[in-house]
Amino acid sequence: MEANTRSTGRLPAAFLTPGSSSFMDFLSEHQPEMLPGKRQLPPTQGVVEAPHGTTIVAATFPGGVVLAGDRRATMGNVIAQRDIEKVFPADEYSAVGIAGTAGLAVEMVKLFQLELEHFEKVEGATLSLEGKANRLSTMIRSNLGMAMQGLAVVPLFAGYDMDRGKGRIFSYDVTGGRSEEQGFAATGSGSVFARGAMKKLFRADLTEEQATTLVVQALYDAADDDSATGGPDVARRIYPIVTVISEEGFRRLAEEETSEIARSILARRLEQPDGPRAALL
Amino acid sequence: MSTPFYVSPQQAMADRAEYARKGIARGRSLVVLQYADGIVFVGENPSRALHKFSEIYDRIGFAAAGKYNEYENLRIGGVRYADLRGYTYDRDDVTARGLANVYAQTLGTIFSSNAEKPYEVELVVAEVGATPDGDQIYRLPHDGSIVDEHGSVAVGGNAEQISTYLDQRHQDGMTLAEALKLAVQALSRDTNGSEREIPGERLEVAVLDRTRPQQRKFKRIVGRQLERLIGGDGSGDASADSDSEDESESESESSTDTTDTTDSTKPSGSKDSKGSKGSKGSTDPSEES
Repeated sequence: MEANTRSTGRLPAAFLTPGSSSFMDFLSEHQPEMLPGKRQLPPTQGVVEAPHGTTIVAATFPGGVVLAGDRRATMGNVIAQRDIEKVFPADEYSAVGIAGTAGLAVEMVKLFQLELEHFEKVEGATLSLEGKANRLSTMIRSNLGMAMQGLAVVPLFAGYDMDRGKGRIFSYDVTGGRSEEQGFAATGSGSVFARGAMKKLFRADLTEEQATTLVVQALYDAADDDSATGGPDVARRIYPIVTVISEEGFRRLAEEETSEIARSILARRLEQPDGPRAALL
Repeated sequence: MSTPFYVSPQQAMADRAEYARKGIARGRSLVVLQYADGIVFVGENPSRALHKFSEIYDRIGFAAAGKYNEYENLRIGGVRYADLRGYTYDRDDVTARGLANVYAQTLGTIFSSNAEKPYEVELVVAEVGATPDGDQIYRLPHDGSIVDEHGSVAVGGNAEQISTYLDQRHQDGMTLAEALKLAVQALSRDTNGSEREIPGERLEVAVLDRTRPQQRKFKRIVGRQLERLIGGDGSGDASADSDSEDESESESESSTDTTDTTDSTKPSGSKDSKGSKGSKGSTDPSEES
């Protein structure tokens, strides 16, 4: 079929076969070797060294959800990249932040974005938020072989649910297990510290501005205690990526906005290095 | 025993072309026009769910007249082609020219293959550029040829007559409202030269808008925005009244419309209707949105 295709230039039969609206299903039929999960892995000894992305945090507020990530990628004890971007729009009403092996994660996001866009174009309707979350789950599961060799990808998915009229967060484990998080969530190496910070600072009635401040505070605390998480880099003007998803859709905060949040947090931390204190009782 | 009749290749091809043309002519016409900020697709479509126009990629739109299952198949093939290409290389590497080529090859192969019946479709593939000079519109007839069009193009049953009408009146740099009105005027012309009203809710309108901030430039124009754009020539509430009476009119006319054929295009009577339309087509104050 392939040879015949090349000689006439005609669309191959797989392109015109009615059926699935999924780009991944189409790829697995037409060019399975392009799918990340279908690749043959060479046997390796020990852990493969590759840049790893670190901390992603998310928090809901009435009217939407905030998803943010730091900018550091590490390879062992080396900082592989200072300004990596780990938070991406998945479509107009959802975003995905990735922790884990950077190269695989970026490819996964690219495929995930395309999967959603493809469905939207073919069907003329968008997937439900649950549907998107499940799709991502399948993609993580297909990466299990790599994950066993130390090349795991663990994303955080956040979106605005049009049917319920609120922001929702989904977290994943390496096996593709999906769980919805209430209020706030974090993933990656600094997630333990970020979650601790958010636990003390999160309230259900945050405004959008407060929610964006909350996630940057959480990232600051993560960077404070985790060597693989990068804090705001004022000298190089590298600030966390903060995105807001609300009824109006996905919005990434401009550099001026994030720098202002980061600078005001820094100014406070000069007096109180550990950040805001929660009430004891 | 049966002796197969000898059919000359010319005759065989002519029969297939005739078959395809008749199929295409049964469908309603649609038009694709350039305007100042992009490309607009306008067609009459009683269905809300089954679209004649759709998005293929960031800057590429697709329009089709003819048999639904066949063009839908080609549309999905095009989306798959574009998405795969963009995934393999880069989003900028997906072009209307490449897509039009693949469609032409596909249609051409099907048309000349004895094993398949020819597709009864006529496609338009359009790409919006950063400037009007960069706009590309390709028309793809049933036989696999490609026609590079500029300004305006019509496909479907009454295409010849409509495109003549459009060619005379289309100008570069029209606003969206002007282009839309011209398109509706062109579409509402019957084969016998008379006019009929097409109510707004039977119109399917989509644009490739180069001023859209998003990467994906394709957008459907529906509901209030469409009403505002086409209803700009009179008072706001008068248009709502005329809409409801047009509905009943068009019902009676739809039966005649389905019997359109390209052969019956007659330019007679185009003069007087043009005059009456020309007086109506004033500039629209409310085209910004």
